[in-house]
Amino acid sequence: MSGAIIFSGGGRAPLRPRNTEIVITMYILPTVRIALRALRVNKMRSGLTMLGIIIGVAAVITMLAVGEGARASLAKSVQSLGSNLVLILPGSSTSGGARLGSGNVDTLVIDDVVAMREDCSAVGGVAPIVRGSAQVVYADRNWNTSVLGTDEYFEVVRDWSVVEGRFLTRQDVDGRTKNCVLGTAVVKELFGSDDPVGRVIRIKNVPFTVVGVLAEKGQSPTGQDQDDTIVVAYTTAQTRLFGSTRLNAVMATARSSELLDKAVDQITELLRQRHKIPPGEDDDFSIRNLTEMLAMAEMQTKIMAILLGSVASVSLLVGGIGIMNIMLVSVTERTREIGIRMAVGAKGRDILLQFLIEAVVLSLIGGLIGIALGMGLSALIGRFSDFETQVSVLSVVLSFGFAAAVGIFFGYYPARKAAAMDPIVALRYE
Amino acid sequence: MIIETRGLTKTYRMGAVEVDALRGVSLGVEAGEFLSVMGPSGSGKSTLMNIIGCLDRPTTGSYLFEAREMSGLDDAEFAHVRNRRIGFVFQTFNLLPRLSALKNVELPMVYGGVPPNARRERALAMLERVGLADRAGHRPMELSGGQQQRVAIARALVNEPAMILADEPTGNLDSRVGAEIMGMLDSLNKAGVTIIMVTHDPRVADAGGRRVILKDGMVESDEAVG
Repeated sequence: MSGAIIFSGGGRAPLRPRNTEIVITMYILPTVRIALRALRVNKMRSGLTMLGIIIGVAAVITMLAVGEGARASLAKSVQSLGSNLVLILPGSSTSGGARLGSGNVDTLVIDDVVAMREDCSAVGGVAPIVRGSAQVVYADRNWNTSVLGTDEYFEVVRDWSVVEGRFLTRQDVDGRTKNCVLGTAVVKELFGSDDPVGRVIRIKNVPFTVVGVLAEKGQSPTGQDQDDTIVVAYTTAQTRLFGSTRLNAVMATARSSELLDKAVDQITELLRQRHKIPPGEDDDFSIRNLTEMLAMAEMQTKIMAILLGSVASVSLLVGGIGIMNIMLVSVTERTREIGIRMAVGAKGRDILLQFLIEAVVLSLIGGLIGIALGMGLSALIGRFSDFETQVSVLSVVLSFGFAAAVGIFFGYYPARKAAAMDPIVALRYE
Repeated sequence: MIIETRGLTKTYRMGAVEVDALRGVSLGVEAGEFLSVMGPSGSGKSTLMNIIGCLDRPTTGSYLFEAREMSGLDDAEFAHVRNRRIGFVFQTFNLLPRLSALKNVELPMVYGGVPPNARRERALAMLERVGLADRAGHRPMELSGGQQQRVAIARALVNEPAMILADEPTGNLDSRVGAEIMGMLDSLNKAGVTIIMVTHDPRVADAGGRRVILKDGMVESDEAVG
């Protein structure tokens, strides 16, 4: 089997510099393939090594998805309350002595509402709120829902219009009419798919005519279904349903977001004056600015994200150490391979790159699996819990980048060790 | 003159003890020669081969390879010279077990910057020349010892080196297969490749045109044979 070997021994091969394109197509890609092959050989080991990265990345994706979803749904529900909304509750919100919680005393009256409309220049609309729950009946169906007494300003203040029929008017308020407007949830419970406008329902056994249906609004920031409500004139609610002259709350809007602080100041000053509160005494009402509430809730979400983020980074760190560990084992196991490669002309940096790419491939595959897992988890959480989730592109890019960085950082030391081997020693390694 | 060494010495430090592996080896090899290096264990054969193969540097002395001084080159330059000008054939074949015969032959070209298509083509041609074209997709474990050594020879040749260094190339083969390998090296030599071979076996050594015997780190004899 010898014989016909034709060989052109000859001239010295030229020393030519490599350009980057050549490096990538002939060098990086084959190295990636070599790395993938090496990882396939040790499937179990590679899988276990990637576990830390997988968990870390999945945690990052899931936590950002939950955070983002929480933020988005919060923003949506706050927006659903109407923009630049200020909520005024009777009773003090400051502490000291034994006090009733806000909303439980009768310090707000309808004259306060009228005065706010007249005197507060920064305030756009003001609506009184009387609230209670009641059993409502239509034909053979009945339902327990919340009844909200207000006036015609409510529509503007809450930025909440009717989709059918009309909203309450001044005439309804002045005449204490037995007209009502239904939220969509109530319509569904009492009428199914029938048209409710013009029908008569009984609220606490008092007959009311349905004059309109409110647009669908969804959940409030506190998680209540805002559509499960019936709106009547506050005068009617006070006299015919709840038998009390108190207001549970007053809702007001600032004319613009810039005027929000001014509106709060004006309302505070006006109410203190009207309620004859001497300077230094606590207010007998409290004002909640929904923009502030939103900011506070966002802050809480952020703190949550930071906490979860540190847990995730610990997991990534542990994953990285796992990769370093397994790469060190791999380098030792493949000492002879390194020797052979060096003998046929691999330079130190070729070997370095090979093992570095292997570590990065390992961490990136872990990262991809982690991203898939995180997306799946987020979808599950979104479906089976009260949290809304939203996977953002940024979080995917971020965690993928993290995985790559972990691979490079923790792969460098083992790769360096491989590259520094003496080919003679490596070739003799058994 | 492809190889010219002058007064090569190599001293290893093993703990507190210094071991002189080479004690002044001066050797000249002409291009196209077939040189056998013999000598007992510890005579310095391996050390000399490592220096000639650009895997190691002498402690003192000079080594000219293709009229170029090698002892001052750094690791990357060494790797380049090994890649382009020297082919290695080992006793234990030293193929990468996870790669096919074809991929093993391609390996030096991977580090030589040859594009993938050209690599494949040249590797296939080289496998055909050693009579293993039909085994290109097989892994080393699926090949006999003789076949593995032929793959190794194809790998050594694929970058068209000036010189082949063979370290006991027949040491792990039975005599019939060993003779085949020797025939192959012989025909390579006739085609113009310089071959330097380390061996224990005097009959194998006779295949070459010149025999150098080392003892205690020095050249004991240097004579033409055959």
